[in-house]
Amino acid sequence: MHLLNLLFRNVLRHKLRSALTIAAVAVAILAFGILRTVVGAWYVGVEASSANRLVTRNAISLIFYLPISYKEKMQTIPGVKNVSYGNWFGGIYIDEKNFFPNFAIEPKGYLELYPELVLKEEDKKAFIKDRKGFIAGKKLVERFGWNIGDTVTLKGTIFQGNWDFILRGIYRGRDKSTDETTFLFHWDYLNERVRKNMPALADHAGYFVIGIKDPSMAAEISRAVDMTFKNSLAETLTETERAFNLSFVAMTEAIVIAIELVSYVVIFIIMAVAANTMAMTARERRAEYAIFKTLGFRGIHIASMIYGESFLITMLGCAIGVAVSYPVANAFSSELGAYFPVFNISGETIFMDVVASVVVALAAGFFPTLRAVKTNIAQGLRSKT
Amino acid sequence: MSEPIVLVKNLLKSYRRGSEIIPVLEDISFAIDRGDFLALMGPSGSGKSTLLNLLAGIDYPDSGEIIVGGIDISALSETQLSMWRALNVGFIFQFYNLIPVLTAFENVELPLLLSPLSRKQRRSHVEAALEIVNLMDRLNHYPSELSGGQQQRVAIARAIVSDPSIIVADEPTGDLDRASAVDILELMSNLNREFSKTIIMVTHDPRAAKRARSIMYLDKGTLKDAPAESAF
Repeated sequence: MHLLNLLFRNVLRHKLRSALTIAAVAVAILAFGILRTVVGAWYVGVEASSANRLVTRNAISLIFYLPISYKEKMQTIPGVKNVSYGNWFGGIYIDEKNFFPNFAIEPKGYLELYPELVLKEEDKKAFIKDRKGFIAGKKLVERFGWNIGDTVTLKGTIFQGNWDFILRGIYRGRDKSTDETTFLFHWDYLNERVRKNMPALADHAGYFVIGIKDPSMAAEISRAVDMTFKNSLAETLTETERAFNLSFVAMTEAIVIAIELVSYVVIFIIMAVAANTMAMTARERRAEYAIFKTLGFRGIHIASMIYGESFLITMLGCAIGVAVSYPVANAFSSELGAYFPVFNISGETIFMDVVASVVVALAAGFFPTLRAVKTNIAQGLRSKT
Repeated sequence: MSEPIVLVKNLLKSYRRGSEIIPVLEDISFAIDRGDFLALMGPSGSGKSTLLNLLAGIDYPDSGEIIVGGIDISALSETQLSMWRALNVGFIFQFYNLIPVLTAFENVELPLLLSPLSRKQRRSHVEAALEIVNLMDRLNHYPSELSGGQQQRVAIARAIVSDPSIIVADEPTGDLDRASAVDILELMSNLNREFSKTIIMVTHDPRAAKRARSIMYLDKGTLKDAPAESAF
């Protein structure tokens, strides 16, 4: 007979109570894991940022454009490797609920700057060659069942009218954090129509992406870019891609903080539930602990029994919670893929789940153990009779 | 009878209830010979169980000495006392106090888990103890599957499995029917006679006390030569 055997039998002594506590821990760990994943998904753009890229936009606001002619000047700045540009298009596919990010880009330079968008060489060539062509991420293509050669029509919101595009390539993400839900098409195609319909916006880009040779020079290059266009009609604001993406997250920071707080509250609640179970258990077994002590078992043995049971219940709940997290995250991802393009349970989240469970087990077992160890034998034996 | 196995000198024990101090044992001194079967009698609240707890090393006196087998157990630390109990004392309780999730075999095996014995050696010790109490056919039964008498036999097997020199029993027949009580007392007498175990038994039952070789009366925390008429 070993301690582990005794622990299992003790857990099974009140089957319903143990099952409910394990289920509660599992649900809490599931909720904690999913909420942490939501927070992670919020920062996925930041995670996917490259230290080798800077983003330049209009210093007044992102909604104002910059002349395309800035590209040549930017390329002459020391430390700059290559420059590309793009526009947020904001097109709608059939219905507003089918939201996905779509950009007009300068294809050749843009794809060079984003090696994490992995595309077949022939698809890349076909895309660059076709002004009406577009490429889309694997998840987006799967979501709408598109095939290469299909014509997809987007309804412009900023740039009015219906826009037809032909799917020329499907990219997949090199990294786990790469967004596979983006729609990219030719900036030239956009500019042709803008020149006719909105001439004031022609030959302008929403932002520039600058590839730099040395990430440690990012601050210096950013300053140099902004100085170049100081006192011009459209002054620039250049920052690292990470800072650029973080500025978007910052707009919704309160929501992220709220979600994080809720995730910790969930753990606190389950800590109280588990502590209550362990307190009831230890109170019911006061006489048994006294018998163990009478037979020569010491405080360390009693602590092992209570903590062992606390860990067994909590870790079983944790294992179930973690196991269920994956299908739930997949369901979550397929339902809300438009808002959370990357929704993966990370190794860090699993680690946090386990750490939270260990904290719950330790906290739940603390007071019952203290009490059981400190209760004198005679008092403990009397509690039964 | 030979040299004393237990020597008690000037034992004092009191309990605190709020600000009030209630004396339980007042300046008690006595000796118990090795191999004795002592019945400790007295009315409720006389301090019998307290005295038994002190002799068994599960409580500390306020003052005085308790020397068992040449060791002053009142001077031992809690850890030392735990180890001493595991090696030297076997316990029998009124309500058997078996662990309900363990089988008869596993309950008897419990004290041996603290010893360096191998699994095989433990098994042979447990089987020997269960053989003595005539329960070999019940070794895989849980306490809830045994009668009161059988449960007390398992408790006795647990008390003797580590071959202690002293067995303390607190009202061992108090929860049993007459026939089972006779069986248990017979078993305890055998342990005393055949295995030379020193037994200290607290009891209210004069019939149980008759099985003992000697009787000690306790009243209001002091030892008496004979019971008061109204004591039992």
